[in-house]
Amino acid sequence: MATVFRLENVTKVYKNDGKEFSALKGINLDIEEGSVFGIIGMSGAGKSTLVRTLNRLEDVSSGSVKFYDQELSELSPSQLRKIRRQIAMIFQSFNLLGQRTVLSNVMQPLKIAGIKGKEAKEKALEMLEVVGLADKKNQFPSRLSGGQRQRVAIARALATDPKVLLCDEATSALDPKMTGEILDLLREINRTRKLTIVIITHEMSVIEKICDKVAIIDDGNLAETGDVKEIFRSPKSQAAKKLVFPSNPYDPSQPDSRLIRVAFDGLAASRPFIAELVEKTGRKVNILSANTKSVGGIGYGQMVLELPGSKEDQDVIIEFFTGNGLSISEVER
Amino acid sequence: MTDYIVETIKAGILETLAMTFFSSVFAYLFGLPLGILLYATSKGRIMENKPVNFVIGLIVNIGRSLPFLILLVLLIPFTRFVTGSSIGTTASIVPLTIGAIPIVARMVESSLSEVQPGIIEAAVSMGASPLYVILHFVIPEATPSLLLGGAINIATVLGYSAMAGVIGGGGLGAIALQYGYYRYQKDVLWTTVTILVILVMVIQSAGNRIAVKVRK
Repeated sequence: MATVFRLENVTKVYKNDGKEFSALKGINLDIEEGSVFGIIGMSGAGKSTLVRTLNRLEDVSSGSVKFYDQELSELSPSQLRKIRRQIAMIFQSFNLLGQRTVLSNVMQPLKIAGIKGKEAKEKALEMLEVVGLADKKNQFPSRLSGGQRQRVAIARALATDPKVLLCDEATSALDPKMTGEILDLLREINRTRKLTIVIITHEMSVIEKICDKVAIIDDGNLAETGDVKEIFRSPKSQAAKKLVFPSNPYDPSQPDSRLIRVAFDGLAASRPFIAELVEKTGRKVNILSANTKSVGGIGYGQMVLELPGSKEDQDVIIEFFTGNGLSISEVER
Repeated sequence: MTDYIVETIKAGILETLAMTFFSSVFAYLFGLPLGILLYATSKGRIMENKPVNFVIGLIVNIGRSLPFLILLVLLIPFTRFVTGSSIGTTASIVPLTIGAIPIVARMVESSLSEVQPGIIEAAVSMGASPLYVILHFVIPEATPSLLLGGAINIATVLGYSAMAGVIGGGGLGAIALQYGYYRYQKDVLWTTVTILVILVMVIQSAGNRIAVKVRK
């Protein structure tokens, strides 16, 4: 697989009133062709800055950003404009022209690329078919719902047959149902058009729904990167754990009892472990939180358990879980 | 009022409309590009350029800070140079245009500034050049606001045109001054004032209506 983007030691420093602020502190990242690559982080972590270095809407302060071996910072303004036609982008606020019809909006990038009226119109109509909004071509964006506006933005982004689609919080302004629809559409486009997609989000649910790979950005640093499934199974960095494991919703019954987190995936998610634990060892645990979800078609679950007070009981319980191939981690409180 | 006065007022209306129309057209001919330049070169905008923005901003501010009556007097030699005369309807168009250019420029700049930065970012991400972004993204998006600003500017020019009567300009302003003020003909004064008020109201509400109709 070819590498679409290669970032090496990318930093970005903003200067404001003599004060310096580091938004990116040395990011190394490879994004492979054909993948759906998620970049997640809390707000202010630097992910929006990061995605803007990929099409040079933001210049980097140091380091290198390569798009198919082409160093972006070396491009002249006109070369950069040509490259940008291959790197489409959609936004949280859609950024459609309110004074233009849906069709005219989708035609914009084609006109910029120098494609003439009739041909541009045909291509734009074809794109509106892809996103299922051909019947809205003469409407104005203000008449459309948020989900429909984002579909128009996607049609517009795809019109010039780009190699990559950058999504900057593209679903953050949408309700859960519309978010689901947009993500399904992006997934479909990724498969049918072999389009590489880079998704910026602060929501783990977006990552687990459609991403293959994920990079976790924390305070301008790359905390962790890898397969989504792998990171869900065993997050290593503090930032990843925070995102994968939601904070404990309940207080333990004893103020100083020991808490563990049990993570299971695949087949293990369908076995009644707690019942087996009680049956086989006679030890009881208190379930403080539990959830299961499907990540890339694989069942994945985790539970936070409060263990009984005696050291011996605790060891028996932990041995039972590890003996059955489940991963255990201590939970700090 | 005598028939003569009625005829004079009728002619005055036409003169006022002509002055307002031509001055507004000329003012936009120069003010629109200046306003676009002011917008595009300001900090954080697509063609940010501190020196250019500073120089244009300075000229515009000087132009706007001069009281129009003073400008009228100051411009007499220039007006005579351009039109061959410093009195009459045609001559008034020169100072009216010059007085309105900075106002138009600032109004255009303010309308363009209302366009969401996201729209511009989207255009840039599509590979559009700065000029393309301004012509095909910023100006179309700002059109309703530009039209509203246009109505305000035309009404301002109409008001200024009345002032031109002081130095021998034509139109309703001159009539109000000559008959109403110098000759104490209150009825003429009030008639012209009423007509001016009606004209401003018609221009403003027409502008509002067009802007609402255009806004999608």
